[in-house]
This record gives sequence, structure tokens and C-alpha cells, in this order.
Amino acid sequence: MSSRVPLTYGRKVIELFRNPKNLGKIEDADAEALAGSLACGDMIAIYLKVDEGNGLITDAKFESYGCAANIAAASILTEMIKGKTLQEAWGISWRDISNELGGLPPVKYHCGVLAVGALRRAIRAYYEKRPKPEWLPKEQTQEEKHALEEEMLMEILANKMRSERHQSSTAQANDIERNE
Amino acid sequence: MSHSDLSKSVNELIESHGVPRREVYLDHENSGMVFPEALEAMVGAYKSSGRGHPSISHLIGWVSYQSLYEATERVASAINCSPEELVYTHSGSEANNLAIMGSIGVSPNRKKIVVSSIEHLSVMFPVEKFRKYGYKVVKIPVNEEGFIDLDILSRNVDGETLMVSVASVNHEIGTIQDMKAIVDIVRDKDEGILIHTDACDALGKVPLDMKKLDVDLASFSSHKVYGPKGVGVLYVKDGVKLEPILYGQVSTQKLWPGVENVPAIIGFSKAVDMMYTNFSEFTSRMANLRDRLISGVLSNVEHTLLNGPRGNLRAPDNVNISFLYCEGEALTVELSMNGIYVSSGSACTSRILEPSHILLAIGRRYEEAHGSLLMKTSPFHTVDDIEYVLEVLPKAVGRIRSLSPIRHHMR
Repeated sequence: MSSRVPLTYGRKVIELFRNPKNLGKIEDADAEALAGSLACGDMIAIYLKVDEGNGLITDAKFESYGCAANIAAASILTEMIKGKTLQEAWGISWRDISNELGGLPPVKYHCGVLAVGALRRAIRAYYEKRPKPEWLPKEQTQEEKHALEEEMLMEILANKMRSERHQSSTAQANDIERNE
Repeated sequence: MSHSDLSKSVNELIESHGVPRREVYLDHENSGMVFPEALEAMVGAYKSSGRGHPSISHLIGWVSYQSLYEATERVASAINCSPEELVYTHSGSEANNLAIMGSIGVSPNRKKIVVSSIEHLSVMFPVEKFRKYGYKVVKIPVNEEGFIDLDILSRNVDGETLMVSVASVNHEIGTIQDMKAIVDIVRDKDEGILIHTDACDALGKVPLDMKKLDVDLASFSSHKVYGPKGVGVLYVKDGVKLEPILYGQVSTQKLWPGVENVPAIIGFSKAVDMMYTNFSEFTSRMANLRDRLISGVLSNVEHTLLNGPRGNLRAPDNVNISFLYCEGEALTVELSMNGIYVSSGSACTSRILEPSHILLAIGRRYEEAHGSLLMKTSPFHTVDDIEYVLEVLPKAVGRIRSLSPIRHHMR
């Protein structure tokens, strides 16, 4: 069993939590994606405007349902990718996000991972109806899989609960049998 | 992260957080204020009456023994039991552990433990450990307000049952169980079953009479009655056998080794005394503030759900509300910046993957549990404090919701 310590957020996280940069939805986004789930308590939406000619990200916005680290991670990521090409943006890792935020506590690494997952989904969405560049991996990356896993986790937990409930009702049923 | 790194970043966090203009502390679930009267008693004890070891034979020891005994007498008289029936530990969690793990060797033929599905983790975890040793653990479901299903309880207790453990008052949603009905059902089935109640949230909040309650074991915690941290108590009914779970040089009590925290126990007994001397004044004040807070939030903030029962069957201090489409940990940080200190049942706050097992047990969905806030009123709060919370909270929820992609789908 691990110990429990308070969560700590650096100055940058608190600053972005108070005044998030690039918050909101881009109505006429060229690409957008959502990662995470409400039930998981962790969700990030990324919206991109892309210059068709040179592949530069001209604008990026986010929305986040989650903790302070989640909000800060999504916000800083949109700052980091503005003016970058889609290929450069694809290469950003959750560690880059954590570094940019001055370090995330280990239990919050997944916030950075989810932000990367959401961005990569948005980049994939951008290329859905366009010729795919060579640098775009055909297989899902770890970060994209993580988002999927978070979404599927709920199914797993829900099943676990169902089976626990089943157990207590079977215990009850056994007892009824014995009484009769 | 090492503790020294952690400490550096906590320091930085405290600095960037800043000191709020106004503060209202509502996190008495986790710990908080100590009665000034209790503090004063403790200072006196540290300086003289409680500075020694109560089992040592010289003047300072005898004086410490005497102050310890008088403190215990005060607690015993508040809950109508004998001082000999109280065992001090250093937390409510330890008292729960002693109750459960201390009974394992006593009746080796009984291999079944029955608990409610909404017990504190200091009951749940020891019980889970028993399961590994081949015990059968049955968690009795509760209804949507947290009341235990008496029918299912009745069908699950039998001659193989070692112990039934149900909290008198739930620490998260404030449900006050019908302990008399529970005790009657269990005693009726088999006189040999031990009945334990985690009464940490009952002490000082509801009338407690151990003779009438007729349980075998009951746990209490000092900081839950605005006493100092570091004191827990297990009531062990006269004649009930338990084995110690810690070993070492015993002091005045045989079930818990080591020196008693005499000054803190003196502070605790003063706090218990304060709670029961002013019982009707304090509980009615807490309940009024509770109701003001609940109705103010439910009527001013959309998409909210009260967790736990309403009225007299709810602990006088307990407020637990789910804010849908609003993540609880972000909300606690937002409120902290406004000087309002609360806790949340969100998975993020607990740092495990699942949100509060209690909220899930009463049928809340995961997203409803993630957005829950737990607030506790106290004898120290004023109407003004609650008005300040009612002014800040709707704005805080509004801001957190405005960051979220779900807002496009809120109806």
C-alpha cells in the first residue's frame, strides 16, 4: 500500500488553472477531438485551425473536464503547438508537457498523457479526409491507447461493481435456500 | 517524489496560492478546529498534570494517572459506560482495527464477518485482510439514502458469524442508522455474535448511551469532536474478550501498549464534555447551518443532488452534494483559492482510480461521485460563514463548468 501525500501543483499549473490560455471551442475548427470520459472524471477536447498550405497550426483551443492539472496540461499544450507544424505537434510527449508546467506530480502524469492523446486524435481527424503523410504512424501510439483505456476502464469498473452486487445477492439467495 | 522535493513544491504552492481575504473551514471530516477550552486544558496538562507516565510510581506518575483517570471518567459518563470499558488508541482508525483484528483469535470457529457496504476504510481494509485468511465477508447493501437493508442483514447473520460492524453515523453522507433494529436482529439470531459500531461520527453529534445501544464494541475519534488529533477510543463492553494487535510494554490498559497520550486525552475529554454539555445548542446550530447550506446550494445551483437523507436521520453537521458536470477536485482547488476548505469524493482527490465507494453504494453514477463535495458545519460556524459560502460556491461551480466540453451538452 502506498502512502498518501497532498497533491502539489507548481506555480505554472496554478496560474493556468486561474487564467487558462486558449480556453474554448473553435466553431469552424479544421480538426477536433475529445479524449477521456465523464465517468472517469477526466476529459479533454482539442480544437485546431490549420493552414492547409504549409500544415502550420494557426490556432488551438481546449476544453477540459478534470482536475487543476488536467486543465493546465491541456492549456499549456495548446500554447506549445501554436505556430508549429502538425508533424512537430505530433512529436510532443507528456513529459514535454510536464516539463513545461514545471513538473507534474506522478499521480497526475496521466493528465499529460490524456492531453497528448486528445491532440493526436485531432491530428488524425485532420488527415481523415486528406492524404496521410508518411510521418503519421499507422498504429495507435501509447498515448492514444491510454485515452482508449481510460474510456474502457469505466466498462471494466462497471462490470466489477455488477459482479460484486451479484455476489451479495447470491449470498442472500444461498441463505434463503438454507432457511427453506 | 521524495518528501524533501514534495515539501519544496508544497511551499511553492502555498506561496502561489496566497492567503484568501476570508476563510471558512468546512473540512471537519478530515480534521480541523480544536475547542479553545480543550487546548487550554492540554497546555496545563503538558506543563504539569499530564507530563508524566501514568503507570510509573512516583509523584509525577501518580498525578498523571489521576488526570488520565479523571479524563476517562468524564468521557465514560458522557456516553454512559464505565471508565474500565474504554481503551485509548491513537486514532479512530486504530480503534476500528483493534475491534476487528482483535477479535480474530477469540472465536476461531466463526469465519464470517458482516459489514455494511458504506463503512470507513479503516473497517473495510481490515475486513478485506480477513477475507485473505479464508473468512467470508458479506457487505450488506444500503438504500439510496444509505440505510442498511435490514432484511438482507437478517438473512446473512448466523451461528458462523464472528462480527457485525455497522457505523452508527456515516462519515460521508451522514446517515444515522437504526442501531437498535440492527442490534435486535443480530442478537435475535445468535447471542455470540460481536457487534461493533464505528461511532466516530456519532460522538457529540447524536445522543449516545452505551447501555441502551447494547453493542459490544464502539470506536470514537477525538478530532471528530473538535479535540486534538492523536486520540482514538475503543469501547469494549465489560466481559467482551479481545486480543491486542500491538505488543510492547503495557501501561494502564492491557489492550494497547505504549504510553497513553495523556495531555491529548485530557483535551479530548474536555471536547467531549463541551459537546455534551452544550448538546442541544451545538447540534441545533449545526443542523440549522447544514439546512441553510443545503437548501441554498440546491436552489441556487443547477444540476445538483443531495447525497444522504434529509432531516432528523441525517447527522447535524453533514452536507454532501454532487455537482454534475463539475469535477470535484478542480472545485476544491477553486474554493480553496476563495478561502473555502472542503473535500471531495472525486477519484482525483482520493488518488485511487475509483471515486467514493459510499456514493457508488447509494447508487450514484461515477460522474455524480466525481463532482461531489463534502462539507461539515461545526459549533464554530456562523450564519455569515454560510452566506459567504453561498455567495462563492455558485460562481466557483459556474467557472469550473465553463471550462468543460460537457457544457455544450448540459440541458
